Amino acid sequence: MTATVGRQAQAAARANDVWKVYGSGEAQVIALRGVSAEFERGRFTAIMGPSGSGKSTLMHCLAGLDSVTRGTVTIGETTVTGLNDSGLTKLRRDKVGFIFQQFNLLPTLTAHENIVLPLSIAGRKPDPAWYDTVIDTVGLRDRLGHRPAQLSGGQQQRVACARALVARPEVIFADEPTGNLDSRSGAEVLTFLRDSVREHGQTIVMVTHDPTAAAYADRVVFLADGQIVSELIEPTAETVLDTMKKLDTPVEVGN
Amino acid sequence: MLRATLKSLLARKLRLLLSGLAVVLGVMFVSGAFVLTDTLGRSFDAVFADAYADVDVNVAAKPKVELSEAEGEQVAAPVPASLVDRVKAVPGAADVRGVVAADGARLIGSNGKVVTSFGPPQLGENWLGEGDLVKLREGRGPQADDEIVVNAALAKAANVKVGDRVGVLTLSPKKEFTLVGVFGYSGGRDSVGGANEVAFTTPVAQQLMLGKPDVFSNVTARAGDGTTPEALRDEVSRALGGAYDVKTGEQLADSASAGLKEGLSFFNKILLGFAAVALLVGTFLILNTFSIIVAQRTRELALMRAIGASGRQVIGSVVLEAVAVGLIASAVGLAAGIGVGALLAYLFGKLAGGLALAGLGVPAAAVIGAFGVGMVITVVAALLPALRAARIPPIAAMQDVATPDRPLTKVTVGGAVVTTIGAVLLFLGLSGNAGDNTLATILGGVLFAFIGVALLTPVISRPVVSLLGAIFAWSVPGKLGRLNSGRNPRRTAITAAALMVGIALVTGVTVILDSAKSSISSLAEDTIKAELVISGASSGPRPASFDAAVLEKTAAIPGVRLVDGEYGDMATVGGKRTWVAASSDVAALQQIFGAKATAGDIGRLAPDQMLLSSDTAKSRNLSVGSTVPVQLSRGDARTYTVSGIYESSQLTNPVVLPPQAAADFAIPQPIQGFVQLDPGTSVAAVQPQVERLLADSPEVSVADRAAFIEQQTSQTDTLITMIQILLALAIVIAVLGIINTLALSVLERTRELGLLRAIGLRRAQTMRMITVEAVVISIFGALLGVVVGTGLGAAVVRALKDEGITDLVLPWGQMVTFLVLAAIIGVVAAVLPAIRAARINVLGAIAHD
Ligand SMILES: Nc1ncnc2c1ncn2[C@@H]1O[C@H](COP(=O)(O)OP(=O)(O)O)[C@@H](O)[C@H]1O
Ligand SMILES: [Mg+2]
Repeated sequence: MTATVGRQAQAAARANDVWKVYGSGEAQVIALRGVSAEFERGRFTAIMGPSGSGKSTLMHCLAGLDSVTRGTVTIGETTVTGLNDSGLTKLRRDKVGFIFQQFNLLPTLTAHENIVLPLSIAGRKPDPAWYDTVIDTVGLRDRLGHRPAQLSGGQQQRVACARALVARPEVIFADEPTGNLDSRSGAEVLTFLRDSVREHGQTIVMVTHDPTAAAYADRVVFLADGQIVSELIEPTAETVLDTMKKLDTPVEVGN
Repeated sequence: MLRATLKSLLARKLRLLLSGLAVVLGVMFVSGAFVLTDTLGRSFDAVFADAYADVDVNVAAKPKVELSEAEGEQVAAPVPASLVDRVKAVPGAADVRGVVAADGARLIGSNGKVVTSFGPPQLGENWLGEGDLVKLREGRGPQADDEIVVNAALAKAANVKVGDRVGVLTLSPKKEFTLVGVFGYSGGRDSVGGANEVAFTTPVAQQLMLGKPDVFSNVTARAGDGTTPEALRDEVSRALGGAYDVKTGEQLADSASAGLKEGLSFFNKILLGFAAVALLVGTFLILNTFSIIVAQRTRELALMRAIGASGRQVIGSVVLEAVAVGLIASAVGLAAGIGVGALLAYLFGKLAGGLALAGLGVPAAAVIGAFGVGMVITVVAALLPALRAARIPPIAAMQDVATPDRPLTKVTVGGAVVTTIGAVLLFLGLSGNAGDNTLATILGGVLFAFIGVALLTPVISRPVVSLLGAIFAWSVPGKLGRLNSGRNPRRTAITAAALMVGIALVTGVTVILDSAKSSISSLAEDTIKAELVISGASSGPRPASFDAAVLEKTAAIPGVRLVDGEYGDMATVGGKRTWVAASSDVAALQQIFGAKATAGDIGRLAPDQMLLSSDTAKSRNLSVGSTVPVQLSRGDARTYTVSGIYESSQLTNPVVLPPQAAADFAIPQPIQGFVQLDPGTSVAAVQPQVERLLADSPEVSVADRAAFIEQQTSQTDTLITMIQILLALAIVIAVLGIINTLALSVLERTRELGLLRAIGLRRAQTMRMITVEAVVISIFGALLGVVVGTGLGAAVVRALKDEGITDLVLPWGQMVTFLVLAAIIGVVAAVLPAIRAARINVLGAIAHD
């Protein structure tokens, strides 16, 4: 039990003084200004902030999808910064899962085939017990033979969640996973994400600008203008909304 | 991963179909060529095995001048009749016969025209009675000197029947005979291998076909009981002391068949050449299709990368797709090739006068060639797009990244380098600095030039396409179409480049042949000072000839100043095979052909003297007074003394012999006659008189100078048409490419097209927009092709200046036709994609992801 607590305390992903600058000269945009953050294992963390604050950029840098201009990023024991293409490929294959706003399923494959795609790319077989657990949690058992076009948006996103979970990655990054869903489907997906953290110890980092969505997380990190400006533990929709409102006031941003 | 690849492949099967079609066509040519040559080869084997079925041992003289199949029929020296008795004396020899059989017996059909044959010989022989092979169908064998029998194939072709009087041309001018019988062959066949046969009595055959009495072409024997053909051959050979060629019937069949197969391999190479062109164009097409597909799958491939696929796996998935396309296309191409090979073999058999075809065979080479070529081309063409696919960043899965316009610098530099390499190779090849590899160097140069120009096309496309597009920019759809065609320069460029290859080849070939044609006619116009010319189209490999008596009779016509008959033969001159000519009147060299002496006297020629062209004299290091041994097709070798040398630029014959020598030529009759009239004499008055003299020489006719020159150059026109038809295939493939690119672009722009329709673009306008895009691309391709083709053609023409091609003729009419054709091609190619674009569901398109 002590060991588990010790592991829990360790960060699944960490950003250390990360700067990200796009372009140069006139067109230069500083998307991240020295962000340092830790995302603990087995927790559900939300990254909140107004549009253009650098949420997606931070997530891309954490996941090794984009390079950082300065600073370092680690996932588990792996230092992401400075990895070459094959290192990054291995990282994505073994340690990271993604959930996208646009679902991003392959239209030609069935739900089942989409779910096991990361494993078949890696040349691995799914663990049958875990696969069953995932399918039952997302409630897709009777839809496995369907193609994405035959599924509703909510169902498609659940397939995408199952795809991220089935490989048991160190950390799952989700960028606005409910952005394209109605509120009911959104709630289903969020509940399901929270359950996978609570019941199976999955680590999830979710980017969102929706306070209701952020309220499902264990912790919320607030980003404004490329910097971390605030943090909430055990948030509710109201506390998140309050914090957001304060951030929207220019005086507060200056802090 | 494998499953994901295959499934996405299936989803795109229609898009891949068109590009696969290009491979199918190329592979079809490759395998068709192999199937054709294999089938015909085995048919020839069967024919000759049959023709020599009742010959165990054959004795013939060694030929005096060795000729290859392409140079004409070899004239074997006859053997003395006494040889028959010497062979009879050999123990074991049975059924010994003296055989007369020589090509050149031309029957005049019931319509007054000579029966022609292209390929199989027209044999004149002595009648040896019926046997295992030969069976009389009607009448009897010839008994009197004016009686003949013919084989059933010839009787049908000439439309003659037993009892008819028929004329036959041989070494002698036309002679009349009574047809007393018609024969066929075992198995009810009308001919063996399509040959036409006329059989005379032995003395007549000896005189007409071999030129003297008491000689035979060869002597055949059968092996008697207790001996084998091989044993008998060795026995006969020993008895005759090595002075003769002694072979078994089997050996004879093999070597006869091998000679024809050599001719076939040439045909094979031509077919493979067209396959190469089709495949080159196909490569562009596949490259483009895969590039577009990769671009359209950016998001999907990025997703694969994001969820852990390595770059190599992405390459693998694209290449696997190519392998699948290549495999299917090769299989379909092979099947089509077998069909085409069978069809061509059938047509060839018909054309060759009913060659009995051996069963259709699919040689291993056809299968290996089909799959090898099909797979390699497809995979190589897909490699570049595959590498590009591997460079898609995984982050592209999350963003709607508009793929930035990659700069064209690298492609342009690469294109310039490749074009330069092509130009250097062409220069080396054309200037004759490439030694034995001249042809390979030139072809390599053309290939590099094409690829180089194709790489340069994106850069060229920007200004040219916007200029071309300006023509259509008067309407909104036109403007949109023009912008669309300029929007992806690489895609436009490759599509246009595919069309360029076909059109450049046709233009280049046309420039070369038109220039050659014009040079030949201007040379003829400048040099030939004869008002009338007697000549004819050949009936087979041997040139048409006429009775020498016509020359003297023509000379007697009032108003005729000079008549010259020209003879020709392939001879061995000083140990080298050389074309030799003889003029019935040596004075004609100066007066008709304008020859100028550079040394000695060329106005006179004694029976033991010869004239040389200055080139021949120089290259052989000969001068006036030198003696040179000459072996003609017939007779013994003789030594001639050089008495004069003429300028090569005026008269291109390397050697001119005295008229007496013509008796020993393979064709001892004149093949062309030149008639010069007194000043003021009417050509129209003399021509009909000469025509009447030629009544017994149906192979030739008399024409005025202009008509003669026209006849001489008309073959180039046929050649041009044939090449254009074959190269049209490359253009068809390019059209497939345009359709494919447009279809893929329409698919890619579904959303945009829906939007345009939503804001009020009408169906017809949508279709016009797509059509303008297609027309701009195809005119651009044609323009490039015309320019590149003219450049290549002009380079070759310049290089051939020393060979006598002095004029450069640019086929302007032809070029304009191509551009108009390209516009039509564009409109046609746009039909399907345009309909598709017009049918786009407005609502669905805007919701389309
Ligand atoms: N590829 C890029 N090139 C240039 N600027 C970018 C790029 N991606 C993001 N940005 C800029 O960086 C800032 C942060 O963007 P992003 O991380 O997408 O914000 P968020 O996800 O919080 O809405 C924005 O100002 C955006 O314009
Ligand atoms: Mg974002």
